[in-house]
Amino acid sequence: MESAARLDQNHQLSLKELPYIIQWREDRCTRCGRCTAVCPMKSIEPVVQVQRLVHSEGENPAPKVSRTVSHVVKQVTEIERYCIGCGTCTLVCPTDAIFPEYNFQHKFYHFKNKGGIPYMRGGRRNDPSVSTLDKLKFTRISMLTDPALDAGRHEFRIRTLLGRNLPAEQLPIKVEGDRLTLGAGAFIPPVREIYPIRIGSMSIGALSPHMWEGLAMGITYLNEVEGLPVVMCSGEGGLPPSILKSRYLKYFIIQIASGYFGWDEIIRALPDMIEDPCAIEIKYGQGAKPGDGGLLQAYKVLGLIAKIRGVPQFVDLASPPTHQTKYSIEEAVAKMIQSMSMAWGFRVPVYPKISGTKTARAVLNNLARNPYAAALCIDGEDGGTGAAYNVSMDKMGHPIATNIRDCYLDLVKQGKQNELPLIAAGGVGKTGSLAANAAALIMLGASAVDIGKYIMQTAAGCFGDEHNRCNVCNLGRCPRGITTQDPKLYRRLDPDKVAERVVEVFKSADVELKKIFAPLGRSTELPIGMSDALGVGEKDIADRLQISYVC
Amino acid sequence: MCRLSAITSSDYFSPMENILALETMKEGHDGSGLGLMLKDLGGPFEEFKGHPVLSAICSNQGLLELDEYMKAHGFKEKFTWAPSIKNIPGVERRENYLAKVYDYPESYGDKPMREKEDLLMNTRLALRKIGEPDGSLFVFSFYPDVLTLKEVGDPLALGEFFGLDRSDIKAKIVLAQGRQNTNYAIYLYACHPFFIQGYGTMTNGENTAFVPIREFLSGRGNPGYMGYNSDSEVFTHILHYTNRTLGYPLHYYKDVITPLKENEIENRSDAAALRLLKKSLRPLCIDGPNCVIGFTPDGSVFMVQDAKKLRPGAVGGKPGKYALMSEVCGVDRAVPDRDKAADIFPMKYDTVIIAPGAREVKVWNQLHG
Repeated sequence: MESAARLDQNHQLSLKELPYIIQWREDRCTRCGRCTAVCPMKSIEPVVQVQRLVHSEGENPAPKVSRTVSHVVKQVTEIERYCIGCGTCTLVCPTDAIFPEYNFQHKFYHFKNKGGIPYMRGGRRNDPSVSTLDKLKFTRISMLTDPALDAGRHEFRIRTLLGRNLPAEQLPIKVEGDRLTLGAGAFIPPVREIYPIRIGSMSIGALSPHMWEGLAMGITYLNEVEGLPVVMCSGEGGLPPSILKSRYLKYFIIQIASGYFGWDEIIRALPDMIEDPCAIEIKYGQGAKPGDGGLLQAYKVLGLIAKIRGVPQFVDLASPPTHQTKYSIEEAVAKMIQSMSMAWGFRVPVYPKISGTKTARAVLNNLARNPYAAALCIDGEDGGTGAAYNVSMDKMGHPIATNIRDCYLDLVKQGKQNELPLIAAGGVGKTGSLAANAAALIMLGASAVDIGKYIMQTAAGCFGDEHNRCNVCNLGRCPRGITTQDPKLYRRLDPDKVAERVVEVFKSADVELKKIFAPLGRSTELPIGMSDALGVGEKDIADRLQISYVC
Repeated sequence: MCRLSAITSSDYFSPMENILALETMKEGHDGSGLGLMLKDLGGPFEEFKGHPVLSAICSNQGLLELDEYMKAHGFKEKFTWAPSIKNIPGVERRENYLAKVYDYPESYGDKPMREKEDLLMNTRLALRKIGEPDGSLFVFSFYPDVLTLKEVGDPLALGEFFGLDRSDIKAKIVLAQGRQNTNYAIYLYACHPFFIQGYGTMTNGENTAFVPIREFLSGRGNPGYMGYNSDSEVFTHILHYTNRTLGYPLHYYKDVITPLKENEIENRSDAAALRLLKKSLRPLCIDGPNCVIGFTPDGSVFMVQDAKKLRPGAVGGKPGKYALMSEVCGVDRAVPDRDKAADIFPMKYDTVIIAPGAREVKVWNQLHG
């Protein structure tokens, strides 16, 4: 006997299962078709419906039934075409007739594993709760005991050092008379003075050409016009040859990761480089997907990307979870740091990046003993990515606050907190408080912080949020044109406007950092580890981070 | 804000001179404590040059423990000085205030001075550890030709309390601090001046960067870098670290605590070295506002200030006697018959260094190196 299920759509999803439900106003809609054309997921479609209308005219009710054929916008319930809530339909609608509404009762995760393939997406950890970083406040306000500085008028120098600072005892300094002179021979590790907020690793395949170009123009302007030495990391995937051989290379940190994508081009360009890069970042892990390698899905591997990375078009580019040469941290990390250092004649700081983890201190202590390790970057669980399994993003990783604090205090115990800078990433500016989050991490012990999602949201209007809005960076369908290689999409994004926003973002963060540092009386050096300036209204957090509990 | 009064002279003088200078600056301190540190001792100590002097406050029980420890570790007592205490209303008298002069243990007779200094410091730290839990024994300094007195109360009243107005105790260098109790409980170990291995300093102004500096110093592997009951103690230790541990000339202290900007460094003839030490000693940048006055083992006395917020400080005097005060009225009291036009108000780049024996004053400008 035939199953009744086929007859009553029992195995179909209802709209209530989906994370976003489209609200469409028939009375306002002009049927222009823009919303259905622009929807990146094809979640809505124009449908012809026969409608039964009942109407009555005259003084007494005299209902008449008529049937008309009408055009409506209908949301589909196929799980592959779920509405991501991006709101592009709203953006293009000339009559405000359509918008997606978040459905708190959705059961999306129950169903998004069709074909036995777990849910994969881009974006961030879908946790809209208040992060620890956002709970920290700056409670040391000097007024009379240490006259506070005027954030608007006083000269501030907000800079940090990227690279290994030798302990003073090891400096090749000699006393000649009453002067200090520099002796010859000793290796002095390269150290860069940079702005303490960096643009973290996002590759030129994950980002669209326009987005990447916008960021690159923005930081160049900040360096050359505004005097803010902001640097950005290439992510895994190399750099365009035009950058590699230009004088702008010094504003870029080149990342090498387990797929080594882009490194053929980089090595080939070495003899023609006229500037050293700012630094080399060796990626061992990523906060958004600990234990997983990078992934650029085939949709995004188009001509330019294929060329830079030296691969065929339209193939998934998955980097292995670990470096294939890695046997042990002692041997392989040290070798890799040394190889990279050697490639640039030991003139460029080389440091590893790991995902936030309980084992971060083990890595740290290894690096503390390696004289060539220039820093350690730790990417916390709130870090973002262009593509990962949802389970990795939502359920794996380690919060950055305790990770950075533990590592810093470990360095303090060894007296090496100035020797090996810590860079904190993952969730910085998650709710828009970039400067406050950065300052809090610095006071917990970070020398610098990285931002990724924040700059995409702020400079290019990325729709993503912690309610799983949009988050289709992996599919190459980014409606803003930020994380796509499809020219039809990325031409929506104006690189000049992105660059302008990057400049605005850093200038305003700089003002806010001054506002935070001024009442602390700090203007010459960053308040790295100045934990007495921090307070938090939760006792457990205060105890764990060894800061003041305030209420 | 604490008030600071330092005098260096070619002749012995009474520490009351410092206290009277502090009295002129009374508007700036609240009388919550006095710290006195005397170097190049005269009076009854003159015949014990080269012998270490241990300055302590202790209970009778603490005194027994002190004597027992010193005896067990081979120190032979040569002389004990105690101030002639006069009870003053408002000053709570403790059982013993004393300065004891010792002979080094026999095994240290021929050891170089650096080793002797380590012994003296470790002995002081061991005694501190014994007496700190129950407050039975406070040891402030243990070093040849240096004496320290501290107590809670108004400086002038304490001068009378210690009988300094009647005493023959004298020195050629005296640091005195009138305490403004702003941040910390009144505790003897929180009172300046602070001392370590021949270096003594006192400071005014809150130390903004106290925590990172304390953490950095604590990691240098020197057991003497401890205490930190006051945020000012780090200034003494930074001086010790810069001058003794690293061996940098005294004026580099300024480059450590208030480093120059890059465009300023490039004009210095020692720019290459300076750039490196600025990075390596980055956590020691104080970010003010502080005025530091101190002495080094050779008898140089200096004043240095932060580079930007500039607590006022003044230096004045004449060959043979100079006063370094946090307020010019203190200089007027200490050396009234000087050429006031020659007074020095060190600006953001200046370190004033007065040579041993108060022979001459040099103003070292950080910009010129």
